[in-house]
Amino acid sequence: MPIREDVLVVGGGLAAATAALAARETGKSVRLVAHKKSTLRQASGLIDVLGYVDGDGPRANPYGAVADLPEDHPYGLVGEAGIREGLRIFDDAVGDAYAGGHTDANALVPTYGGTVKPTARYPESVAPGLASIDEDTLFVGFEGTTDFSAPVVAEHVVAAGVPFAARGVTVPFPKTFRDDARATRFAKALDEDEAADDGGGVRRALADAVAEHLTDEERVGFPAMLGDDRDAEVREELADRLGVSVFEVPTGPPSLLGLKLEDRLFAALDEAGVRLSTGNPAVGYEADGDRIEAVYVDRKGKNVPYHAEQFVLATGGLVGKGIGSDRERVTEPVFDCHVPHSEDRYEWSESEAFGGHAFARFGVVPDEELRPTAASGEPEFSNLRAAGGVVGGADVAREKSASGVSLATGAVAGGRAGEEA
Amino acid sequence: MSDAENPSNPTPDEQTDFEPVQVFDDETEMDLRPGADNCYKCTSCDTSCPVAEVDDDFPGPKFQGPEQWRLKRKGDEDIDDSIMSCSNCMRCDNACPSSVPLSQMHNTARGEYVDEQMDKLSREYIRNRILSNYRIMAEIGSKVPRLTNFALNNSVVQKVNEKVLGITSERDFPEFAQQTFREWWHERGGARVSSEEKKIAYFHGCYSNYNTPEVAKALVRVFEVFGYEIAVPRQRCSGTPMFANGMLDDAERAAEVNVSEFSDLIDEGYDVIASCTSCSMSLRQEYPELFEFHGTAEVSAHTYEAMEYLRIHEDLEAEIENASVEEQSFAYHAPCHARNQGLEHQAVELFRELDGVNIEDVGDSCSGISGTYGWKDEKYDTSMKIGEEMFDHMEHAEGNVGMTECPTCSMQMEHGTGYDIKHPLQLLEEALV
Ligand SMILES: Cc1cc2nc3c(=O)[nH]c(=O)nc-3n(C[C@H](O)[C@H](O)[C@H](O)COP(=O)(O)OP(=O)(O)OC[C@H]3O[C@@H](n4cnc5c(N)ncnc54)[C@H](O)[C@@H]3O)c2cc1C
Ligand code: SF4
Ligand code: SF4
Repeated sequence: MPIREDVLVVGGGLAAATAALAARETGKSVRLVAHKKSTLRQASGLIDVLGYVDGDGPRANPYGAVADLPEDHPYGLVGEAGIREGLRIFDDAVGDAYAGGHTDANALVPTYGGTVKPTARYPESVAPGLASIDEDTLFVGFEGTTDFSAPVVAEHVVAAGVPFAARGVTVPFPKTFRDDARATRFAKALDEDEAADDGGGVRRALADAVAEHLTDEERVGFPAMLGDDRDAEVREELADRLGVSVFEVPTGPPSLLGLKLEDRLFAALDEAGVRLSTGNPAVGYEADGDRIEAVYVDRKGKNVPYHAEQFVLATGGLVGKGIGSDRERVTEPVFDCHVPHSEDRYEWSESEAFGGHAFARFGVVPDEELRPTAASGEPEFSNLRAAGGVVGGADVAREKSASGVSLATGAVAGGRAGEEA
Repeated sequence: MSDAENPSNPTPDEQTDFEPVQVFDDETEMDLRPGADNCYKCTSCDTSCPVAEVDDDFPGPKFQGPEQWRLKRKGDEDIDDSIMSCSNCMRCDNACPSSVPLSQMHNTARGEYVDEQMDKLSREYIRNRILSNYRIMAEIGSKVPRLTNFALNNSVVQKVNEKVLGITSERDFPEFAQQTFREWWHERGGARVSSEEKKIAYFHGCYSNYNTPEVAKALVRVFEVFGYEIAVPRQRCSGTPMFANGMLDDAERAAEVNVSEFSDLIDEGYDVIASCTSCSMSLRQEYPELFEFHGTAEVSAHTYEAMEYLRIHEDLEAEIENASVEEQSFAYHAPCHARNQGLEHQAVELFRELDGVNIEDVGDSCSGISGTYGWKDEKYDTSMKIGEEMFDHMEHAEGNVGMTECPTCSMQMEHGTGYDIKHPLQLLEEALV
């Protein structure tokens, strides 16, 4: 007897996790099959729902902005109810670790590039740093971490028109590491309060180093590497010693906030009783007419069938490898679903880097049930739905809607799959 | 030439291929090649490397793989000696979103380093050679298990090992069983079930043969319950410890025997089953990456870990749901090499449904021993630092019996916590046989 479930979700990112949790809530048995780690590890850890529409923003209320999106946008299909459902599942899964659930409005979060970004949910460690809080701010960077320059962050944040003063300083981390030390190394040293170069604990030494620069600022922001397992404790101790509040600024890859979010989501899946098969890719399927019977998972050269009643495709976009492309064609590699694109490769992108590129919207075309459709407009399969980056029609990077689209489509696709299984 | 040829009366000429001072002259033709260009420097690999996390001097997988390769292609650079600090846990492979074949690059670089840069008379080389050819020690030791168990764990001998060979005296050598699995297998007259359709060839590896035959016996009994005909062909070490020590020639010799023996059986309709996740990893992934014997691809495609195989081909879940065992609690650790094959959740997932059992995953940290790594005097501290998180989680888990598929992880779990450690197959046996 082969491996069999009610619902099988293919993918391992935010969309897959949400779909699996939604399906599980219907009481059905659910398995998630993921190849590699998700792009959450590179992502900021922020949950953006909708910040800009066609370059216009930042929008204060994401729900209010949905009406201005083109009709074939995934949000148009799932509606406000779908977005709310996705956020509810997210809030349940991460618990106290994230803030933002108390309001419909977007929060404005300073990021490591110094932009101020509209986002719907943010890690609790980021909360004291919100741009809407009128408190003068000292940004602190560490020597040797090249991609976070505190003075530049401060300059940009001020230029964005925030209602407070901001300054940036760079201090040596009190324990010397190799030149290209990883964010995880800093986090671990703080977690364990390892010995600093001067012999004392690094937490105290870091607070001392920062205190020298602190004048009358009311809060201090560090790149998000203040501890891993004991992050709350690290922040609290720094805040106590400095006598001001302490927050984290989301970083680029590799992102500890993203890693922690991934851990939380997988713990939630495990608690919910979702079965997990990770490490091997789905490569094909077996169908009976328009019904998929099984997905083939390649385990180093051999195809193993995973049977189910209902399937959700959540393999991500071009970065997550859910959408593939070569010079001729754009494809969806697991089910070979139709992905519309111009014959002419030169029309895939605009000359402007931040223009409205066609490739950004590449993806399968969902019907109102989120079933990918063929060129004819008919569903490709009766029991396959799609969620997240693999779904076309949203320009998530420009709209600042990536996580929101994954949550909303994941919730709807997973929920329906569960109900029908 | 192998212990497996004549198991009840093993021939001692095994020692002919163990010559610690031999200088390799046959060049390995491998190259650190292609995948290097796929690296887009996202550093996902670095953040998942357990050695880099605790050892500030270790530059990490990105450097060991793609960067080192770029450097080498430009000039006449030597392989950086930090390659010997990589434990071959293969976590970086799994982390890379761009499928850069990191561990393959590391294995190749390590082979080249050992071949070309390492002094073959050095204590380190000799020690590594001995450690990676564990089976030969085991072969001799298991002839007189009581004496060997006594001698190896004698503190004077341990001190000598440490001083002369650089093998840490902190660890207790694993005990040799009074009777090897192969001796038992022949004594019982081999397979007791015969079947036309259901046939498996068991790759038991060294450890379950010499040290924990109860695991191998459990496998036999469980598969026989499901009606499988079992073959136990001649076999050598899977090569895992040799890859990790850059002894690619030794590994190649062992692999050649294994591939030839097992591919013959595959032709007769057998699938290859391993009870050790590093062994199945080696046959599945490392052989085709590093060697090109006839039959390598077939062996790779037909190799499975034991429980994985049953889950694919039998209704193991239903069997488990209908079974029960005496109340017991386990702290389960998924070995790195199980993770890499996508097997890290299966034991917990399955045994959760077994009446009487409470099983808890102790988290995703590496155990830190990584085969021979944690046996090296200079690596012992790193190994224990990596393991700390796992020990901590084990102590906080409800159970005080550990569970894992990997023999060296189980040594480390026992060493760090004092718990007894079981293999999932042993619990399956209890439930189903
Ligand atoms: C650098 C970066 C920064 C980002 N920053 C933000 C941000 O600030 N705010 C925000 O809201 N969002 C951000 N995102 C986006 C967000 O994190 C997610 O990437 C997005 O929600 C898409 O999620 P997903 O689940 O659809 O796909 P992904 O996260 O891409 O996951 C796809 C998963 O599917 C798996 N997979 C692919 N093919 C197969 C297969 N054949 N078989 C099995 N599994 C397969 C992959 O291994 C992966 O686990 C960022 C993304 C990136 C890459
Ligand atoms: S194999 Fe393990 S120890 Fe070696 S570089 Fe990769 S992650 Fe690090
Ligand atoms: S994970 Fe892969 S792509 Fe990223 S730095 Fe490492 S090798 Fe390069």
